Order: sequence, then structure tokens, then C-alpha cells
Amino acid sequence: MDQKIRVLVAKPGLDGHDRGAKIVARALRDAGMEVVYTGLHQTAEMIVETAIQEDVNVIGLSLLSGAHMTLFIDVTKLLKEKGLDDVLVIGGGIIPEEDVSKLKKAGVSGVFGPGTHCDDIVEFIRKNVKK
Amino acid sequence: MNEFAAKVLEGDPRSIAKLITQAENTSPLAASQMKKIHPYTGKAYVIGITGVMGSGKSTLIYEMTKEYRRQGLKVGIIAIDPTSPFSGGALLGDRIRMTELATDNGVFIRSMGTRGMLGGLASAVYDVVEILDASGKDIILVETVGVGQAEVDIIKIADTTLVVLIPGLGDSIQTIKAGIMEIADIYIVNKADRSGVEQAVAELESLIDITCIDKDRKTPVLTTIAKQKKGIIELVKEIENHKNYLKKTKMFELKRRKRYEAELVEIIRKRLMNFIFDESTFKGKVESLIDKISKKEVDPYSAAEEILGKILK
Ligand code: B12
Ligand SMILES: Nc1nc2c(ncn2[C@@H]2O[C@H](COP(=O)(O)OP(=O)(O)O)[C@@H](O)[C@H]2O)c(=O)[nH]1
Ligand SMILES: [Mg+2]
Repeated sequence: MDQKIRVLVAKPGLDGHDRGAKIVARALRDAGMEVVYTGLHQTAEMIVETAIQEDVNVIGLSLLSGAHMTLFIDVTKLLKEKGLDDVLVIGGGIIPEEDVSKLKKAGVSGVFGPGTHCDDIVEFIRKNVKK
Repeated sequence: MNEFAAKVLEGDPRSIAKLITQAENTSPLAASQMKKIHPYTGKAYVIGITGVMGSGKSTLIYEMTKEYRRQGLKVGIIAIDPTSPFSGGALLGDRIRMTELATDNGVFIRSMGTRGMLGGLASAVYDVVEILDASGKDIILVETVGVGQAEVDIIKIADTTLVVLIPGLGDSIQTIKAGIMEIADIYIVNKADRSGVEQAVAELESLIDITCIDKDRKTPVLTTIAKQKKGIIELVKEIENHKNYLKKTKMFELKRRKRYEAELVEIIRKRLMNFIFDESTFKGKVESLIDKISKKEVDPYSAAEEILGKILK
């Protein structure tokens, strides 16, 4: 059996900052994961449907515009509605400290801000991925 | 019938996706479910798209899919990208060109890494075609990794193979003719908004004149501008013409037979390799033989014969 961790890296909303998302996507590939990258301007519906079809273990959301409280939580809500309880959700970008605990409560298990070492993201995924 | 396979037949996206993952991981569960769905396959028409990176394959697939959807057909898309031989990871980026299709429930898209397979496909691609077929897709589009000239395995799986080129390749058309140029059922010169289209088409036409084997059908050369949706309806029509041609000449059955042959060979190859290199069978033996080869105590041929002898016994 040859299992691989599959990750969807997605940029919700209108935010055009994609450097971080691309760097994270490449780092996860270099760590041996299969990374689906869908580009900019994804709606929560697109992200969740893509996660279903690609059968990913992890959804990684990236946002630098400040709209994470609505856009990240839209995704975790829709995941719950669809019964996708085996997917690990993490996020990164410009996210103020005071939002982190609220995001975690809403189902975003890990939050990574500017300056994060990609190795830490890899380690977090390996430790927390469900099955 | 067991519920998993039944749900695939109903077209349930989560079950389709989970079965594909099982097949990619060559799990015993996948084998048992693949056996159940096989009787329900064979209806989908499979179109392969190959050509150099950046030639517009994903964009063409997006536009073709929209045309097939307009005709009321259900579409499955398999987009293959290379797996890094070093890390084993892969960056699967074809969906960037198809984001609008993500929420259309008549479309199912799956991105795959090659996971060590050469030839431009992924080992599990035969399974994925069967799964999408059984799930009720009318059309299955397969995008190969398409880098050089060795990626020709697509003809083993596709009913119609499209080879995508772009203007300005010039002499490189000559250099790639050896591999990829022999497999086209239809040539596409995409990015026809750029200069050099006429030259590219003329070069292709001259090549076809000298290499065309079956005289009753000349390989058509189409020009498209995928980004502006130009030439797509004509392309879809030309694929239909090729399908009718295959059906009329009985080549259709032959193509399908070749696909099953390739699939069978792939299943046997995978099982044999897993059997030989598994911990519980010969892995230890293989390791010790490699040590002996390194010390010149045995040669590779004799070592291979020793292992094969044990299996055949
Ligand atoms: C470069 C940059 C740009 C570039 C973007 C180029 C590109 N294609 O990405 C350009 C010049 C285009 C740009 C434009 C704008 N920008 Co700008 N930009 C920046 C800047 C300076 C750096 C961002 C960057 O690339 N960092 C490098 C990457 C590697 O870091 P990162 O993205 O943070 O990613 C790391 C982590 O966050 C995390 N991470 C990120 N994503 C993910 C995902 C997952 C799954 C995980 C696990 C981790 C993770 O891991 C990464 C590695 O450590 C920031 C300031 C800053 N210091 O962050 C402002 C900044 C983000 N921009 C800002 C603004 C306002 C804008 C504009 C609106 C400006 C304007 N008025 O026109 C526009 C909007 C553009 C758009 N369409 O959205 C503001 C946002 C303010 C806010 N959030 O409230 C910032 C914070 C500047 C500021 N202090 O005001 N910008
Ligand atoms: N000028 C032009 N660009 C195109 C055309 N079709 C696709 N592209 C662009 O070519 C780039 C590569 O396209 P993509 O579909 O990803 O190619 P692939 O690597 O073969 O799948 C993208 O930036 C497309 O927008 C076209 O007809 N004309
Ligand atoms: Mg592509």
C-alpha cells in the first residue's frame, strides 16, 4: 500500500496575494505530499467540492486580506454540513493573534502567520492528519 | 451488491473519490470493488490530450467540457502531473484553468500524480477511467503530463488522442515527430492568436502526407484559441467524426481491446512487483542478492533467475 497525504491549497475570496500559498504548496510537495493548487478567487462551495472530488486529507487556506473570519469559517461550516469530518483544516496569512483562538474553535486546527518555517507546517500536518 | 460500489454506480462524488484513492493506493478493497463495477463500464468515450507543457491542454479541456455540458453530457476529467522522483510529492495545478467546473455536479475532476510511472500516465489511470465510466460519465478527458516525446502511453487508454502544438515550435515539430507525432488522431495548433500559425499548420500537413498509414483517413489539423473559446465546437465535431470512423471500421473494438490489454498488464505488473518486494515474501532475499552482486559473488542475471525461479516453482 502506497498512501500519500493529499492536500488542497486554496485561496478563498478576492485576495490576490498568492506568494505564500505557492511557497507552502511547493514545500508540501517537497515533503512528499500530493498538493492540489486551485488558484485565486475560490468560493467556499468550490473549495469543498474540490476537496470531495480530490479526496484530500488536508485543506490549507491562505488569506492576507483580513477577511479570514468570514471566509475561513464559511469553509468549515460547509464541511460540517456535508459531513466531511475527516479533513484537517489549516490556514495562514495575515491573521491577528486575537482571531486565532476563534478560528480554532470554528474548526481551523492550525494557524500560521508570516515568517512561519515550512517545516513546521509539514510537521503539523503529519502529526494531525486524520488516518 | 456492496454499498460502496453501488454508490459509485449512482454517481455519488464522495464514493467515486474514495474508490479512486483506494485504487491509487492499490488496496485490496479497491480490487474487490473494481471487480463489482466492471460489468457497468464501457459506455464512456475516452479522449486523451497530450502535448508540451503550457500548450493549453487544461484550457482546452475546460472549454471542451463546457461544450459537452451544453449538449447535456456528463464529463469526467483526469488531470495528470509529474510526481517528483526525489520527494514522491506532486504539485497538481491543472484545476487552476477549470475552477468554474468545480461546482457543476455533472462534472467530476480528479488530479493525479504519476507516482513513478513513465509514459505520461499514472499507474491507476485505468482504474480511474473505469470508475468514472461506471459512475455514468459520458465523456472522459485525460490530460497527460506531456513533457517530451516519450509520453505516448495515452493511446493505450484513449479512443481519440489529441496532440496539442503551438505556433513557433518551428524545427521542434521535426524533432518531436518520432514519438508524440505518431499517436495523434487529431492535431491541434492552439494559441492561434500568435504569429506563425500558417507555418505550423503547413509543417504539420507536410508531415502527415509522408507518415499517414491508413489512407481512408487523413489526420486533421485544427487551429484553436482556447483562451478565447475559438475552434472548440469544430474540435468537438471532429472528435465525433473520428468516433464514427472508428465505429465504421471496427477499429473501435480493437482500441478497447488494447486498453484492456494494457490494464491487465499493469495489474499483473503491479501485483508481481509488490509480491517480490514485500517484506513477507522476497524482500530479504532480494536485499541479500544485491549485497552479493555488490561483492561480485553473483551477477545480476543469475540473481534475477534465482528470484524468478522461486516464484515460478
Ligand atoms: C508582496 C505583497 C503584495 C504583492 C503581492 C504579490 C503576490 N502575487 O503575492 C502586491 C504588490 C501585488 C500586493 C498588493 C496589495 N497588497 Co500587499 N502585501 C505584500 C507584502 C509586502 C508581503 C506578502 C508576501 O508575499 N509575503 C511573503 C509570503 C511568503 O508570506 P505569507 O504570504 O505571509 O505566507 C507565510 C505565512 O503567512 C504562511 N501562510 C500563508 N499562506 C498559507 C497557507 C497555508 C495553508 C499555511 C499552512 C500557511 C500559510 O506561511 C507562509 C510562509 O511563512 C504584505 C506585507 C507583509 N509583510 O506580509 C502586504 C500586505 C499583505 N498587502 C496589503 C495590502 C493592503 C495590499 C493591497 C490591497 C494594496 C492596495 N491598496 O492596492 C493590494 C491588494 C492586492 C490583491 N489583489 O489582493 C496589506 C494587507 C492588510 C490587511 N490584511 O489588513 C499588507 C499586510 C501590507 C500592510 N501592512 O498593510 N501586496
Ligand atoms: N495566447 C493564448 N494563450 C493561451 C491559449 N490557450 C491557453 N493559453 C494560456 O497558456 C497557458 C498554459 O495553459 P494551460 O492550459 O495551463 O496549458 P497546459 O500546461 O498544456 O495544460 C495559460 O496561461 C493559458 O491561459 C490561447 O489560445 N492563446
Ligand atoms: Mg495542464
